[in-house]
Amino acid sequence: MASISTNEFKSGLKVMLDGDPCSIIENEFVKPGKGQAFNRVKIRNLKTGRMLERTFKSGESIQAADVVEMELQYLYNDGEFAHFMHPETYEQYSTDKTAIGDTAKWLKEQDMYTVTLWDGAPISVQPPIFVFLKVTETDPGLKGDTATGGSKPATLETGATVRVPLFVNIGDLLKIDTRTGEYVSRAKE
Amino acid sequence: MFHALKSRAELLAKIRQFFVEREVLEVETPLLGASTIPDPNIHSFTSQYFNSALYLQTSPEFAMKRLLAAGSGSIYQICKAFRNEDCGKQHNPEFTMLEWYRVGFDHHQLMDEMDALLRYVLGGTPAERLTYAAMFEKFLQLDPHAASLAELQNCAVMHGINKVDNLERDDWLNLLLTHLIEPHLGKERPTFIYDYPASQAALAQINNGVAERFEVYIDGLELANGFHELGDAKEQRARFEADLAKRRALNSPEIPLDEEFLAALASGFPACAGVALGIDRLLMVLLNTRDLKDVLFISLATN
Repeated sequence: MASISTNEFKSGLKVMLDGDPCSIIENEFVKPGKGQAFNRVKIRNLKTGRMLERTFKSGESIQAADVVEMELQYLYNDGEFAHFMHPETYEQYSTDKTAIGDTAKWLKEQDMYTVTLWDGAPISVQPPIFVFLKVTETDPGLKGDTATGGSKPATLETGATVRVPLFVNIGDLLKIDTRTGEYVSRAKE
Repeated sequence: MFHALKSRAELLAKIRQFFVEREVLEVETPLLGASTIPDPNIHSFTSQYFNSALYLQTSPEFAMKRLLAAGSGSIYQICKAFRNEDCGKQHNPEFTMLEWYRVGFDHHQLMDEMDALLRYVLGGTPAERLTYAAMFEKFLQLDPHAASLAELQNCAVMHGINKVDNLERDDWLNLLLTHLIEPHLGKERPTFIYDYPASQAALAQINNGVAERFEVYIDGLELANGFHELGDAKEQRARFEADLAKRRALNSPEIPLDEEFLAALASGFPACAGVALGIDRLLMVLLNTRDLKDVLFISLATN
C-alpha cells in the first residue's frame, strides 16, 4: 500500500498502526511558536474497535491500510464461520467469531450487514441500526396491556434477549435498535 | 459573518490608533522576496518569476530589519504572511500578522507594551509572566534546561503520550509544551513565557545562558512570539548556516540566504526588540471562538 504523510491525514482515512488497520477519527495539527510541529490524532483500531490517541512528528509518513466496507448478505453459520455473500458478484466471504463479535446476536439469514474487509478478509461486521426479529420465547402476553409500562425478557430468533412490553407474544415480529439492544416497536411482516 | 468582518475592521483601527499614539511608524514591505527564512521548521511557498524563484514571506522580519538598520526608528506592519504548512482550526497557510519593532527596548519592555496593547484591544487584567523554566517546573516538575532527553521522553510517556521516533531534545520540549502545558496557559489572564532555552533562540539574543525570547498565550492559544533582537551579523550567519545544515539533513529544499539582510545587520543595527502577533488568532480571542473559520470569511482550513 501507499504511504501517507501526516499532511494528508483526515477523518475517515484508513492507516496501519502497530500492525493493525485503523481509521482516523480526528486530526489536530499542533505547532509551537518555533520548532517541530506535531499531528495529534484520534484513531480507532478497526479490529478491536478501541479508540486511541497518537502523536506523530509532522511530515512523517505511515502506511495506508487496504480497508473497504461492503454491504453483504448473511447466508449461514457452519458452527465455526459465518458466511456472507455479495448480492451482485455472488462472491462469498467467511468470517470467524472475533470479526463478528457482538453482532452475532443480530445475525439473521438473508439480511444485509456492513462487513469491513482488510486485505480482502473480513475484520468486523456491523448490523443495520434497526433489525426485525421474531420472538421465540417469552411469558404469555397480557392482552390489552399496552399502557402499564411493565416489561419482561424475550428471546428472539437469533438468540438475543431483549426487554419487551408485557403485551408481546411468541411469534411477534419486533423492531430492535442494535445500537442500544432495545425494543422499539412491534412490526408487521 | 458580518459581525466578524466588522470586529476585524474595528480591531485593525484600534491597533493603528495604539501605534499612532506611541509614534510608531506604519510601514509596508514586500510579500515576495528572493530569499526566505532558512528555519527547517518553517516552510515557505515558492513562486516562479520568469527564470527565478520568489518566496512568499513567512513574516516581514528581514525586510523590516533592513528598514531598522537604515534608521527608520520604531516601526510596525500589518500584513499577510504565508506558510506552506498544515491547515487546522488554528492554522491557515495564509494569515494576518502584526509585527512591530521598538528601538531601544529589550524583551521585558516589549512585553510591557504587548500587555498594554492586549488590554487596549481586549480589555481585561495585566498578563502574568513566567520564565520557560518556571513554567516547566509548575506544570511538569521538570527543569527544561537540565533534563536529559530520556527524562523528557519518560515524562511524555508517563502522561500517556506515545514515543515518537527521531525527536531531538528540543522537539521533546516542544511536544511536552504543546500537549501538556499550552492548554493551561492564559486561562485567567494572558500568560507571557520568556527566557527560552538557548537552543531555541531563533533570532533572539542569548544572554546569561537563555534566549531573550517570549511568547504570549491566551486561553491556551499561542498569539505572539517576540525577541530581544540579535544584531550581530556574524552570529546571525552562523545560526542560518546551522539551519541550512539541518535542512540538508532533512532533505528539505535549499534556501538562498538573505545576504541583503545580513549586510544590513553588519552595517549597524540598532538595539531593539520585536514581536509578531497573529491577528486572526487575536480576533478568535475577541470573538470567543476556537476555530479560525469563524474569523476568516474564506479559508483553506477544512478540518
